[in-house]
Amino acid sequence: MASVTFDHVVKKFGDVLAVNDLSFTIDDKEFLVLVGPSGCGKTTALRCLAGLEEITSGTIKIGDQVVNDIPPKDRDIAMVFQSYALYPHMTVFENMAFGLKLRKMPKEEIQKRVDAAAKTLEIQNLLNRKPRELSGGQRQRVAVGRAIVREPKVFLFDEPLSNLDAKLRVQTRKEITKLHNSLKTTFIYVTHDQVEAMTMGTRIAVINHGVLQQVDTPQTLYDSPANQFVAGFIGSPSMNFFQAKISKSDGKLFVVTDSFKLEIPKEKNKVYGPYDGKKVIFGIRPEDIYNPEFPSTGIKAAPVECKVDLLELMGDEIYVYLMSGSHDLVARVDPRSKYTLGSKVQMAFDMSKFHIFDIEQNPENPIAIR
Amino acid sequence: MKTPSRFLNWLRGLPTHLILIGLCLIWILPSLGLFITSFRPVQDINETGWWTILAKPKGYEEFQAYCASCHGSDGKAISNADLTNPELVQNYRRSFALLTSLNREIDGQIHMGDTPIPDDKTTATIASYMRRISGIEARPKFTLSNYIDAITGYRGNSTYVTDCAAGNQSVDLYCNIRDLTNPRGMGRAFINSLLVAIPSTILPILFAAFAAYAFSWMDFKGRQWMFALLVGLQVVPLQMTLIPISRLYAQLGMNGTFWGIWLFHTGFGLPYAIYLIRNFMGSLPHEIFESAYLDGASHWTAFTKLAIPLSVPALASLGIFQFLWIWNDLLVALVFLGGKYPVLTYQIGNMVTSLGSGWHLLTAAAFISMALPMIIFFALQRYFVRGMLAGSVKG
Repeated sequence: MASVTFDHVVKKFGDVLAVNDLSFTIDDKEFLVLVGPSGCGKTTALRCLAGLEEITSGTIKIGDQVVNDIPPKDRDIAMVFQSYALYPHMTVFENMAFGLKLRKMPKEEIQKRVDAAAKTLEIQNLLNRKPRELSGGQRQRVAVGRAIVREPKVFLFDEPLSNLDAKLRVQTRKEITKLHNSLKTTFIYVTHDQVEAMTMGTRIAVINHGVLQQVDTPQTLYDSPANQFVAGFIGSPSMNFFQAKISKSDGKLFVVTDSFKLEIPKEKNKVYGPYDGKKVIFGIRPEDIYNPEFPSTGIKAAPVECKVDLLELMGDEIYVYLMSGSHDLVARVDPRSKYTLGSKVQMAFDMSKFHIFDIEQNPENPIAIR
Repeated sequence: MKTPSRFLNWLRGLPTHLILIGLCLIWILPSLGLFITSFRPVQDINETGWWTILAKPKGYEEFQAYCASCHGSDGKAISNADLTNPELVQNYRRSFALLTSLNREIDGQIHMGDTPIPDDKTTATIASYMRRISGIEARPKFTLSNYIDAITGYRGNSTYVTDCAAGNQSVDLYCNIRDLTNPRGMGRAFINSLLVAIPSTILPILFAAFAAYAFSWMDFKGRQWMFALLVGLQVVPLQMTLIPISRLYAQLGMNGTFWGIWLFHTGFGLPYAIYLIRNFMGSLPHEIFESAYLDGASHWTAFTKLAIPLSVPALASLGIFQFLWIWNDLLVALVFLGGKYPVLTYQIGNMVTSLGSGWHLLTAAAFISMALPMIIFFALQRYFVRGMLAGSVKG
């Protein structure tokens, strides 16, 4: 049981910067998810914490102890690998007992712990099998079991669900969350799947190109993304972005793109007022675009004319791919909506739920204006 | 519709099959001949080829032509002149005695009647045949005497068994269990070969496994360079080093010792062994090792508990290769052990005298030296086949 602190951690492979100045703290008993596109450095960050990679500079602390120079075996952490990394020549029992034996634990204690873990994971009947005789889901459980028998301070998961089929993934996701609730230990979980991140994490750290973008609770991350990358990464389908300009006329603020002009609600004038005449990115999530026939209550609808390009029927909703001028966007609308391809329609943007990103200050990754 | 096409297929495949069968025969036939010959009595080897083993013994034709009309085809037709009776035939052991008898009159009649008297050579063949059927010189079609002679290092005109039975064995033989380790025999050479080959197989593989683990999973400076250098060492020809190392061993007093040859084989086995095992170990999933390190394993534990058990296919195949190469090696054994501890390859050559006699012992000696490699091959052949792919294809 311990907190984990990354303090200005840098990891270079030759000239390639894999982790760039990563600083954040993971509280004790927290379930933190590191999420980002593949190759963003999230796994490297995890491996640095595990001690499998040496960090180039900065410090990593587990609890109050700086672990930079402590070898992996003394860091008291357990890791579940994407490929499970079970020892192929050992039985499930031996796999789970391996770490305990190396720590010279008495036999009865090992037996007790393995049995308890096997019971939790419902793999008691597999203890005498070899890994090759197990299915993917069973191997995954054994890998988790091997981690929990050690009762480590911190659990690390490196995309443990990515080799499972979709159904099993949803099921295992729930089980890992339950496991966290019952073990009450710090969990650090790496994934590229934002659904896993949103459903499992108590907090999520979004990483891109080795740089930490934002750490926050899932809901905050979703509602107020810190920058355009986070806004686009979290949410499916992802947020629609438009090149836009803020302009003021008759004392009202408008967001102007080349195909539409929307009024900014009065209460936000104070926030966006200073950006009058500046170029910005206007972002709105697909579920905040409505079919005017079926609006939700309490939205500030603003009409935008679009052309229907493609329809994806999901059953409970419809993904409508639209063209507004030369710009495409997607909306998630009520399934009762009737659309024909190529027709011109009016869509309602909910102007209480939009995002504006400052592109002038930071053209690489525009920062949200709040 | 189906039958003709199948026939056509068969016809199309026929040349391939014929060529394959032909190739197999070319490979197997000499060994088969050698194998059969090694079980034949020395006289038979000298008289006829191994392919005649199923034919009638030599002299049968001649006997049938000249003698069978009166004596019967089995030689027993005339009861007072039973040619299978050893006491009678004992008088005609030699061809000239037989010839005299043939020229003589028997019971007032010409012995041979109308049949012309055979010439000297034919008579000798018939005499030899009669000795065989009468049991004076009965010899089995197959015998182990070549093997016994080769193992005990017997050199003489008869066989070890007959000489020992007669009590006129040569001075270096005792006619008891001690003869199995007679320094002139293949038995002792077999033991010497084992004494050379087993440590020379285990030592380099052991060291190479350590090195391969280090090259695969330990991070140290110059790792790639050192590995490249080691692999490059394979180009050094063994023959080039014979003289310098022989001189060095002479100074160290290691010529003619097992230590010397173990060290030599270890040194020359290492580069290839490291190369092969490293490639195999390097292809094991690194997560397994990382997982072990997190589980608290030191490098030593990871080596003994993971790397070694998981590399068994590569180690086994390398073991087979190294063992066979040392077992069949003549050059190194000759230079560093010589006649002091003769190994199999060395002793096989000694089976034949300088006059070329005793080559029947060669056949048996060859099979004695082949026995162990063949047992190893058939026992471990699944590793052998898998091991040939070791390092090249994962899994």
